Amino acid sequence: MQITVTVNGTEYTRDVEPRLLLIHFLRDELGLTGSHWGCDTSNCGACVVWLDRTPVKSCTALAAMASGREVATVEGLEKDGQLDPVQQGFVACHGLQCGFCTPGMMMTARWLLDHNPDPSEQEVREAISGQICRCTGYENIVRAVRWASEHGAAEHREPAQHVEAEVTA
Amino acid sequence: MQVPTHVEYERASSVDEALEMLSRAGGEARPLAGGHSLIPMMKLRLAQPELLVDISGLTELSYINVADAELRVGALTRHAQLLDSAVAGERLPIVHDAERVIADPIVRNWGTIGGSLCQADPSEDLSAVLAALRATAVIRGAGGVRTVPAREFHAGPYETVVEPGELLVELRIPLTANTGSAYEKVERRVGDWSVAAAGAVLTLAGELIEDAGIGLTAVGAPHFCAPEAEEFLRGRRAGEEAFTTAGQIAAEHSNPVADQRGPEDYKRHLAAELTTRALRKAFERA
Amino acid sequence: MTATEEHAAPIGFGRMERKEDVRFIRGHGTYVDDVRLPGMLYGAVLRSPYAHARIASIDTGAAEAHPKVRAVITGATLDTLNLAWMPTLSYDTQAVLATDKVRFQGQEVAFVVAEDRYSARDALELIDVTYEPLPAVIDARHALDPGAPVIRDDKEGKTDNHIFDWESGDAAKTDEIFANAEVTVAEDVLYPRVHPAPLETCGAVADFDKITGKLTVWETTQAPHAHRTLIAMVAGLPEQKIRVISPDIGGGFGGKVGIYPGYVCAIVGSIVTGKPVKWVEDRSENLMSTAFARDYHMRGEVAATRDGKILAIRVNVLADHGAFNATAQPTNYPAGFFSVFTGSYDLTAAHCKVTGVYTNKAPGGVAYACSFRITEAAYLVERMVDVLAHELRADPAELRMRNLLRPEQFPYASKTGWEYDSGDYPRTLRLAMDIAGYEELRKEQEAERARGHLMGIGVSFFTEAVGAGPRKHMDILGLGMADGAELRIHPTGKGVLRISVQSQGQGHETTFAQIVAEELGIPPADIEVVHGDTDQTPFGLGTYGSRSTPVSGAATAVVARKVRERARIVAAAMLEVDAADLDWEKGRWFVRGDPDQGKTMTEIALAAHSTVELPDGVEGQLDATCVYNPPNLTYPYGAYICVVDVDPGTGKVSVRRFVAVDDCGVRINPMIVDGQIHGGLADGVGMALMEVISFDPDGNCLGGSFMDYLLPTALECPSWELGATVTPSPHHPIGAKGVGESATVGSPAAVVNAVIDALAPYGVRHADMPLTPAQVWRAIQGRPFRTDLAIS
Repeated sequence: MQITVTVNGTEYTRDVEPRLLLIHFLRDELGLTGSHWGCDTSNCGACVVWLDRTPVKSCTALAAMASGREVATVEGLEKDGQLDPVQQGFVACHGLQCGFCTPGMMMTARWLLDHNPDPSEQEVREAISGQICRCTGYENIVRAVRWASEHGAAEHREPAQHVEAEVTA
Repeated sequence: MQVPTHVEYERASSVDEALEMLSRAGGEARPLAGGHSLIPMMKLRLAQPELLVDISGLTELSYINVADAELRVGALTRHAQLLDSAVAGERLPIVHDAERVIADPIVRNWGTIGGSLCQADPSEDLSAVLAALRATAVIRGAGGVRTVPAREFHAGPYETVVEPGELLVELRIPLTANTGSAYEKVERRVGDWSVAAAGAVLTLAGELIEDAGIGLTAVGAPHFCAPEAEEFLRGRRAGEEAFTTAGQIAAEHSNPVADQRGPEDYKRHLAAELTTRALRKAFERA
Repeated sequence: MTATEEHAAPIGFGRMERKEDVRFIRGHGTYVDDVRLPGMLYGAVLRSPYAHARIASIDTGAAEAHPKVRAVITGATLDTLNLAWMPTLSYDTQAVLATDKVRFQGQEVAFVVAEDRYSARDALELIDVTYEPLPAVIDARHALDPGAPVIRDDKEGKTDNHIFDWESGDAAKTDEIFANAEVTVAEDVLYPRVHPAPLETCGAVADFDKITGKLTVWETTQAPHAHRTLIAMVAGLPEQKIRVISPDIGGGFGGKVGIYPGYVCAIVGSIVTGKPVKWVEDRSENLMSTAFARDYHMRGEVAATRDGKILAIRVNVLADHGAFNATAQPTNYPAGFFSVFTGSYDLTAAHCKVTGVYTNKAPGGVAYACSFRITEAAYLVERMVDVLAHELRADPAELRMRNLLRPEQFPYASKTGWEYDSGDYPRTLRLAMDIAGYEELRKEQEAERARGHLMGIGVSFFTEAVGAGPRKHMDILGLGMADGAELRIHPTGKGVLRISVQSQGQGHETTFAQIVAEELGIPPADIEVVHGDTDQTPFGLGTYGSRSTPVSGAATAVVARKVRERARIVAAAMLEVDAADLDWEKGRWFVRGDPDQGKTMTEIALAAHSTVELPDGVEGQLDATCVYNPPNLTYPYGAYICVVDVDPGTGKVSVRRFVAVDDCGVRINPMIVDGQIHGGLADGVGMALMEVISFDPDGNCLGGSFMDYLLPTALECPSWELGATVTPSPHHPIGAKGVGESATVGSPAAVVNAVIDALAPYGVRHADMPLTPAQVWRAIQGRPFRTDLAIS
């Protein structure tokens, strides 16, 4: 089937099998390998992206479901060469080690800060409680999100997306 | 990575169209709402429908409102929306208690109320909540609309009374005065299915219990409820003694099965303990 | 302001943001599953549904007929290449694809190569295998029963499930002390089977070029060089034609040390099809077939005086190694470094005996940040000290303080043959107690108990032995445990460091550049660290057992010092003085007594490549190489205190606080050290409270997905409270000891001790991990269950 999905502001049209999972569409069809998969059972959250501006575990969504919708991934966090405060916070606070959970964590963090610009430690912990990190013991992820909150995350809210059609071969 | 087997996909633009698509495909079609129950089953190849009818865009089934002393919740309402609902939180704290402990925030973003209920997992939380609340399920098919009490919604583990070609479209929860409610769950870890959980709804007349609803999940309680314990409470003075005994009665009528979440005796103990705790909290809130 | 501007990078040791982060935060890491090659095919493994069964037949016809399938490989196919079996890291053999029998649920049976992932997965269902189920050995305690099914009947003459007996210490002296001791305690302690479960599963992309004969393999491996050699040995390929690349790795924790059948299948698949083949396991495959950890059934005994002086410890272990003995540890140590079980205490004698057995479970055993079984050892001794405290009604912290080694006893020769390098244990424990407010906590606990609340305080003190070799005593399959480093300084004074170890998240690209910076005064940003590619780096044994800093970090310091000495010669030539008359300050050689006369490393680097005339016999340039063979292990240690609350009605445990004071010697980058500790503490919470892989009587794995194998989330973890003491290792060039596994080793005991302490009003002395709500409630009832078996 043919689907058209807007990813990080760019529209992509592809022929896919209806059963194709959204995570594989992003990684294998579009080459956006920043989002990972880790568990198959929607427990780990390595695959979290935004679908219509809401975080979703993209291993548990079909690419077909995203047709006509907007997807945002880690590759879209940096805007015009400017890192998002969430990205800066993860660096400043050592919020990542192996980096595998990081894209999903940052997408959730960005969403949290959009809805709650000044989250408490407990609110951050709750927000990421559907995501597993095996390296950091979460401490520095929580600090990274708090850092972003204190360093202008609120001013970096996702602007309305400008959609451009992608020319496919 | 686990992937589903071949499947066809159609997107419905209205409930009528969805019903038409579903009935055309017979029993081999499954409605796809948030996908958070169905897609994992498909990845394990435990579910192999021939056709998915994507109903996730049917905004007409996504609502929370109050009418005729009932809270009406569209089947496509997402868990996160129900958790955000002020009216649900105020009038039905049991719903918010449960929603806070269903899966995790990301799954709650996409998983729908209807999808969870239709999955009919014997450890599912809302099944117990709606049983305690004596809610009603509204089911639509080609032949029209029918209503089924929540306590008759499940035909068995992973089975409901929703027939092929039908859709669960709404849940109606009675809003009663002088009523408090609560949900108590034990899980091995945040996001896990219940080891056991109990919901309680108490309607008081002065110091007496006018009516009680008790829902239980993961302990093999028939229809997710504890009618013997409810019967015991009705007309009795609210208090620790009644709540403790009600818990014991609920446990006696449970049929938990040992699994890696715990042995049978522990789950039975939890049925009592959590029923008592939920009653206690429901009473405080009434 | 950017993140980077906030913290200026030190030239040398100190807190510094990580260099590798720039790619990870943009989603530009390259993990194995991100590798995409032209014409690449995808592999999938068919696995056994049975724990023990004879294979009657395998029919691959329907799978081969699938339009997108390019090859179906079975054990029979591999047999023709002499590849159906491969050697394990413990001198045993392991089936790559089963030929005769399957021996655990999830064992590899066939390999499909197809044009895409989904087709490969589909084709698995088209393979028809006829199994004849056999009785399985699931309970390790019955593996040696007479008449138990013989799992390894592939081994000639094998009539039982026994693998090895191994012992350490002085049995006679230990027995004598026990016979005369005022107090003895004993307890059966299980460290159940767990799994490292890195977030990235295992996988490989194999690309065999038929024309050049070159095999390139991207692998999720912690030991790329060892893998290259083993692939050469197993596949009979010339080693110079093999290149193993370990790209960004999504966590290892010891799960990515061994060679898995999937890697071999991907290589064979590429050779057979002539195309690159990618294989990446799913999560269930990961949990059910790759290296598990622990599974030690231990009986610990302590002999002591009535006033609490520990005299001797005696341990008997039944070690469940699964169906193939594939544990990854030095050859002479079949039980790893378990004999460090004497822990941090001054004993008169000690003895342990370990018996390894086969069961119908996945192979593995040394993984999950265990420092070669020191997790098991530390957990046992720290549990036993609390058992003794329970018996003597002593305070667990005071009892430890009384028995800890004293600073003046170092270097300390342990009763089981280890030489602890350095330490001031009482200072570290005292600091942990001060941070925790230990005495106040005990008062609070008393008050809570009076109100019927269950609050528990758990203490653990651990000593690790990490950084294997020396190579004389320690090898894996004959490969001595040493590591190489090469340092090139370019004419502009910037450098490239090539190391034999490899990062799975530890931050080597940053810390190893900091070591060079500390030694040469070149900013870390100017040192590029190359790792994880056997064609580009010197040989070495890899990253596990907390050995990167102790071994390769030492190699890096030594190679930088070699460069510094070469720079001295060049500087002397530039300054026209004798090299012996130069002194060093960070980044610069200068004339002794005339500090203005000097040359910076940048100036020297250019000169070394220029026309400056050098003394006879000096070749020019500054580059150097080094192989570091450690003279001894290093011995990091720490004191942990955990505070929990337990709900007696439900058995639910909440970790309220966790204080960790680690002494890992000199800290290269304290930020990274703290991060390593944080992660290990979460492991401890996970293992103590929720992680376990158990099996039902038929051998079905009950921990085969993240729905069943529970890992802690941010909500089960408290905000960790860290402290530090620094006691340098006297034999390490920079005094560092390694820290990667310390917290995983030390923390489970603290959590369990806290829970058991909370249950003291019920007289509970021990219950096995994981302390799930059900297990805690059962412990309160006096009936804890076995956590390695299905709950019934």
